[in-house]
Amino acid sequence: MAVKGILKKGEYYDSVTLMLVQKDALNIPGVEDAAIVMGTLQNKSILENSGMLLEEFKNATDADLLIAVKGKDDEVVEKALKEIENLLRKSRSKSEGSSDYVPKSLDGALKIMPDANLVLISVAGKYAGDEAIKALSKDLHVMIFSDNVPKEKALRAKQIGYEKGLLVMGPDCGTAIINGAPLGFANVVERGDIGIVSAAGTGLQEVSSIISNNGGGISQAIGTGGIDMKEYYGGLSFITGLKALIDDDETKVIVLISKPPHESVLKKLQDVLKNNKKPVVGCFLGANKEIVESLGAYPVSTLEEAALLAVSLSKGTSFDKFKKEIEEREELIKNEAKELAKHLKPGQKYFRGLFQGGTLAYETELILTDMIGDVYSNVPLKPEFKLKDSWKSEKHTIVDLGEDEFTVGRPHPQIDFQLRNKRILEEAKDPEVAVIYLDVVIGYGTNRHPIEDLVPTLEEVRKISNALVIVNVTGTDKDPQNKRALITALKNASAHVYERNAYASKVAGYVIKEIGG
Amino acid sequence: MSKVNDLFKSELKVINIGLTSFAESLKETGYKVVHVDWSPPAFGDDVREALDKFNEIVSTKKVDVDKANREAFNRLVSARPKLVRMGKAIDLVPGMKKNMLLHAGPPVTWDRMCGPMKGAVLGAILYEGWAETVEDAEKLAASGNIEFSPCHHHQAVGPMAGIVSPSMPVFEVVNEAYGNKSYTNMNEGLGKVLRMGAYSKEVIERLRWMEQVLYPTLARAIEYLGGIDLKNILAQALHMGDEGHNRNRAATSLLFRQLAPAIVKTTNDPDVVERVLKFIDGNDHFFLNISMATAKASLDAARNIEGSTMVVVMARNGTDFGIQVSGLGDEWFTAPAEVPPNALYFPGFTKDDANPDIGDSSITETAGWGGFAIAAAPAIVQFTGGTPQDAINKTKMMYEITIGENTTYQIPYLNFRGTPTGIDIKSVVEKGIPPFIDTGIAHKLPGIGQVGAGLVDAPMEVFKKALIAFVKKYS
Repeated sequence: MAVKGILKKGEYYDSVTLMLVQKDALNIPGVEDAAIVMGTLQNKSILENSGMLLEEFKNATDADLLIAVKGKDDEVVEKALKEIENLLRKSRSKSEGSSDYVPKSLDGALKIMPDANLVLISVAGKYAGDEAIKALSKDLHVMIFSDNVPKEKALRAKQIGYEKGLLVMGPDCGTAIINGAPLGFANVVERGDIGIVSAAGTGLQEVSSIISNNGGGISQAIGTGGIDMKEYYGGLSFITGLKALIDDDETKVIVLISKPPHESVLKKLQDVLKNNKKPVVGCFLGANKEIVESLGAYPVSTLEEAALLAVSLSKGTSFDKFKKEIEEREELIKNEAKELAKHLKPGQKYFRGLFQGGTLAYETELILTDMIGDVYSNVPLKPEFKLKDSWKSEKHTIVDLGEDEFTVGRPHPQIDFQLRNKRILEEAKDPEVAVIYLDVVIGYGTNRHPIEDLVPTLEEVRKISNALVIVNVTGTDKDPQNKRALITALKNASAHVYERNAYASKVAGYVIKEIGG
Repeated sequence: MSKVNDLFKSELKVINIGLTSFAESLKETGYKVVHVDWSPPAFGDDVREALDKFNEIVSTKKVDVDKANREAFNRLVSARPKLVRMGKAIDLVPGMKKNMLLHAGPPVTWDRMCGPMKGAVLGAILYEGWAETVEDAEKLAASGNIEFSPCHHHQAVGPMAGIVSPSMPVFEVVNEAYGNKSYTNMNEGLGKVLRMGAYSKEVIERLRWMEQVLYPTLARAIEYLGGIDLKNILAQALHMGDEGHNRNRAATSLLFRQLAPAIVKTTNDPDVVERVLKFIDGNDHFFLNISMATAKASLDAARNIEGSTMVVVMARNGTDFGIQVSGLGDEWFTAPAEVPPNALYFPGFTKDDANPDIGDSSITETAGWGGFAIAAAPAIVQFTGGTPQDAINKTKMMYEITIGENTTYQIPYLNFRGTPTGIDIKSVVEKGIPPFIDTGIAHKLPGIGQVGAGLVDAPMEVFKKALIAFVKKYS
């Protein structure tokens, strides 16, 4: 057993630093005890008790540093003393590594930002309802991105919001653009005079992006989540949003996006729109025209049409002129498809659509069913066309990869491309496949590296198949992914790229028609 | 014009609860956002139910909790504690008896007392002369002839073991705003001291000297000064690097500056003057007990406010941790005290030597300083496990569970923001953020004394129990 020490005259350290160094010193192998203290009377008596008060320490003063080590042998102790001096040096230069305070609760956040006006909630559904109700009780608008919120909690939140005149977007609301801010999965769009209320997330992304890409702009884009239009929830969020757009001075044209709402909800919408003077575009995917017209709204059948019509109305062009343009365009699409079809070989006949965006999948399903007949899907229009196995395509197939069966325990396909990439290659191996149809939804919240994550797979496809790869890119030039570069890279990988889902779907539809599929 | 239309016309300011990437997107696009580091609540169905009932109590307005808490908070921060005089515990402390020993924390019996508290009891018995030997003292302590009572039941507080015996001199603090009083004994210094459970001859001798020399000297000086404004001292000390619990160097110095001339003026014997002044100067914690009495006098004015969820006492006896809540009268809510997990030990000692958390000194955190003000005390922030930023974050976290901010006690580094003040049991439970406490650590065996210092979280259990009791009372 050896005890050795060093006295450093006039070297002051605060006691806490010394205790920390001492803690480390005790971890040096072979060290049995160590004391690193200032030479106060108190400390000297502590050293004495532990048998480490060396002779030379006895006259030390409060301002002298004492280092004593008790260890196995001289060698260990010498080494430890050197190590301790190192530790002391390091303690002086220790940099400030930790970061700013992040609050743990809504209350805590409100103390930092007392004038906050919107709360974006994406915690597990089980808790999201409580957080929303807390926010609403403080008169804050909310967007609930989370899904699987208990029904009663979700309804309660919507009711409180409705009574208080607060916006409750969601639950299961993926997208909104409020005052220009992209919330959740959203694109950076031009600001303007077109307001949107949408019960469809990717539908909202598609429409707002096309508007922005075609010279229009968005005042507000309010998402509600698809469940809002069901009878149980009574369209409460949709109605609040619509009323606000009617009253909003910045909004000239209103676009409504939804699957056909429940009858009771439709009735409420009629009441709200009764005295509205602003032009309204009604994009109720899959609904018949009369329903939309009963609202006094212009009926459109695709998201693209909704966007283009809204731009026309915002610029003061007439509805008829817009109609004519859409009809003339049809010829262009047909010719384009004819050219594409020439590249296909006999035996290639099927359409395979692999979607990130639920609304886009649904829209393509409607368009193709109309053009080429029934399509198999994991979310079919008719129950008899439900895929027996969602992981295996049959004939013409559309798969919505954003459905729960694919996302449990995995990130959303708008973020993680792996699952779809695997599926793309499977489709490419099938010699009967004529068209592989993909959507790439960009913007905030989605995958930041679509080129790196998708293009290699398309290059792989080229090696094993000559199927047409048609890609629709939803997004704007201001989105963080660099849309132009993405489109160029996709084209270099021999994909046929469009920026409107309906247009691209029609191209695909005419191709299939052309080859007699 | 609806609230939604107001939103459209306002600058968007978002609170993001959940995915970090959403907050980053908003920041990137130039919008104002505060991200919340949310985690799922860690409590069972009983607490879930209590929280639901609590919200029901609030929404049905059975009792106006907010108003009650505002009242409790206002009383706490508008307190004007002043050190007015000294005397023997038997003469000043309400309810003190000739055979009584006060102790820290919630009530505890001899058989459940921890080592250091037992040691302090033995020391006090020897000091009072009730027994000549340690063995006899032990017999007496176990005999039932000595009445043990919590300091808090007598408007008093004591650090660590907190033992106050009838002959011990105590300070009297008066809350001039409300007229209530608080009491505490004098701080003996560091190392082998009674409050840490040491009872050797030198400990008893020091106590005798404190009673016979220090006390009369101080008492004369305080009387001569006409009392000392404690709120003022503490407020300045926070500006000078103290947090009023584990670091009292500035406050002790400020007190010393007031006392020194008065002692010189009122004491004839220069040897006494020298020794008394040296004693105070040599003990950075001399102000600690007074800081605690300041907290006690301030908090007692906020007791018994119907419907208030504000904590008015956090205290430990080395066996149990206990709290009392304004709207729940004198009831204690207790759970086992823990050994501080983050601690630094004196040479020769380790965690194995440590006694579980002990002392009334957590009254300082209850009042909104101590650990709650650690951002004001850079010299001791390493107890929080690292850098000054960590300490700032600790203080900021305490704002989440407190009712308000003290207007007098401020933290220079936070732009002189007031310290987080008035612990709300509902916030503690709902957010899962326990109050945290700076603390000294006593050896678990009697007779040894202090072995380190560290940080400890108050056990969540006591706040859950209190919340359940609250909803039961007010439903």
